[in-house]
Amino acid sequence: MPTMSMIEAINSAMDVALGLDPDVMIFGQDIGYFGGVFRATDKLQQRHGKQRIFDAPISEGGIVAAAVGMGAYGKRPVVEIQFADYIYPATDQIISEAARMRYRTGGEWWSPITIRSPYGGGIFGGQTHSQSPEGIFTHVAGLKIAIPSNPYDAKGLLIAAIEDDDPVLFFEPKRLYNGPFDGHHDRPVRNWAGHNDAEVPEGHYVVPLGKARRVREGGEVTILAYGTMVHVALCAAEETGIDAEIIDLRTLVPLDLDSITESVRKTGRCVVVHEATRTSGFGAELAAQVQEHCFFALEAPVERVTGWDTPYPHAFEWEYFPGPARVGEALKRVVNI
Amino acid sequence: MIRNSKGLHVPEPGCRPGEEPDFSHVEVPPAGEVVRPPVTVSAAEIRDHAFRLIRVLDDNGMACGDWNPALSPDMLLKGLRAMMLTRAYDARMVRVQRQGKTSFYMKCTGEEAVAVAATMALRHEDMCFPTYRQQGILLARDWPMVDMMNQVYSNSQDRLKGRQMPVFYSSREAGFFSISGNLGTQYSQAVGWAMAAAADGDERISTAWIGEGATAEGDFHHALTFASVYRAPCILNIVNNQWAISSFSGIAGGEATTFAARGLGFGIPSLRVDGNDFLAVYAVTAWAAERARTGHGPTLIELFTYRAEGHSTSDDPTRYRPSTEAGAWPLGDPLERLKRHLIVAGHWSEEQHQALAKELDEEVRAAGKLSESYGTLKEGDRWPASTMFDDVYRDMPAHLVAQRRQAGV
Repeated sequence: MPTMSMIEAINSAMDVALGLDPDVMIFGQDIGYFGGVFRATDKLQQRHGKQRIFDAPISEGGIVAAAVGMGAYGKRPVVEIQFADYIYPATDQIISEAARMRYRTGGEWWSPITIRSPYGGGIFGGQTHSQSPEGIFTHVAGLKIAIPSNPYDAKGLLIAAIEDDDPVLFFEPKRLYNGPFDGHHDRPVRNWAGHNDAEVPEGHYVVPLGKARRVREGGEVTILAYGTMVHVALCAAEETGIDAEIIDLRTLVPLDLDSITESVRKTGRCVVVHEATRTSGFGAELAAQVQEHCFFALEAPVERVTGWDTPYPHAFEWEYFPGPARVGEALKRVVNI
Repeated sequence: MIRNSKGLHVPEPGCRPGEEPDFSHVEVPPAGEVVRPPVTVSAAEIRDHAFRLIRVLDDNGMACGDWNPALSPDMLLKGLRAMMLTRAYDARMVRVQRQGKTSFYMKCTGEEAVAVAATMALRHEDMCFPTYRQQGILLARDWPMVDMMNQVYSNSQDRLKGRQMPVFYSSREAGFFSISGNLGTQYSQAVGWAMAAAADGDERISTAWIGEGATAEGDFHHALTFASVYRAPCILNIVNNQWAISSFSGIAGGEATTFAARGLGFGIPSLRVDGNDFLAVYAVTAWAAERARTGHGPTLIELFTYRAEGHSTSDDPTRYRPSTEAGAWPLGDPLERLKRHLIVAGHWSEEQHQALAKELDEEVRAAGKLSESYGTLKEGDRWPASTMFDDVYRDMPAHLVAQRRQAGV
């Protein structure tokens, strides 16, 4: 089985989808001839033609609107928003239109669209190339949100998203595109070669939306994480020696509540980790769910380790980023109660 | 600080309540004056068309000039009938709203032609992306009135299952896209639909409508950009009915130039048309449809008209404009003008007109009775409340199953 980086796996997912379904169309800024600023669509236009994969103007609202219209026509559009930070001009089309199309038309129209977008920090992108806006969209009825943490999941989840008849926001942790990253920014960069989850089949497969994955079995505390933070959590468990069970959510909506509750009932403790700002972040939802469903199993308050409630600061990226030291401190606090 | 003595310019309409209506700024050129270019023309070659006013019907009911679509009497009568039906339908629905049988209604009085004539110039399989004031599309496509009423009542037969405000119709079969309250969103979606059709080599085209007020939204700019870039086979209509609730067209940028002129910067052929002239609207739409279908790309059409009634049943236009303004509108009434044309041409009479009006009232009344037998917002049957959890997603996820149980419905 070939080894793929996450960016190669994402490229492969779109290649497979274009090959299998003539209704798949892909467009976005710089994604055509050039193959995208992160190379996610490299060579796809050359392989599948300009009628199906092409460049779009710098107009996120227009891109998503066109996708909604194409979806109504019967296409299955996959669009790229170049950075998640740029998604806001498209929010009206995402929230008021795509998310509610099936509902408001009594099921006669829907928006089978996938919106791919690189998110998260760690690349010195400052406040406009580092954000994690997933929490804004988890609040919207009608959207699904998937976030992979490795190449295998990235391809399987993206194919599942494209084949899904509901609108899916597919946020890609850009810091993981070319290698796993545990938060130790001062250590040599690793690539995906040799990583278990970088063995990716060439052809079609899906990782179903709504199924979490236990990436580490443990008994002392449950860590709920997704995207880059899965690797940070693994590192924190290793460095503290705390026997943490780590659940990679993979999909925020629909949420695999059963996997979460099963683990927290077993460990009795829970730490929620995300890179996004804290207030009203998805971690708040997770903490509330754990409290509602596992209250009598809890031995300690649920902790959140998140980005601070500030914009993402360019020069203080690593003070902002919830790295393994901060996660480790939370683990120690929680297990010592 | 150096003072600018002029201060901020805030546009004001020519007249306010209590004053005489003033349409002296509206230039009404003679019918038949503007030439009909070949459909292969570029935007630059017909630049003037964005500033003039294409008119076919003159004040005597005669059809003039080379835009005259020379429609058969049958087509003209079909158009008249659909416009009269739209007006009769509106009248009844406002009445039932006042009786408390539904929450809200929006009439299109004075603007019937911009929906009906345009629709008749399209093929039935062409896709429409309307605003909430183009109910005439559905009626021109012979969509059952009772189905529209069911939606307005949110009753047990409402195809939208009681989820949408009145008049936010949707009909896939009729090629009528779901209405959004977030104005302008349909405009750029229509371009996406047309792009998909073009990619498939499909002959069908899309047509969108937007109010002049909502042209200030980003979606308008997105739509024109995408339509121009990809030469999308679509018709982009701007219904300039002079009023966006209480804001006159100057607040949307209508003082400095025409709304049609906005298309020129995108290289899109742009035409300004008398929106109360059934023949002119038909002819211009047919021209734009031929352009789109033969691969020449989009057309922008400003339909110059007047919103003769309030924005909606929640609005009182006497608070911001003279109550006599509608009667002073210099382009007349689209129904009266087509009726006169038919009479002058010898195809119609006052007696036949009265008889048809009566017949349509009866048709609307019968549909109303049938629809009310399925329930109204106030009483009778509705969809079961449990269905409010359906269709959020194709398959109901676990959290909605749990919430439905919790809701006890």
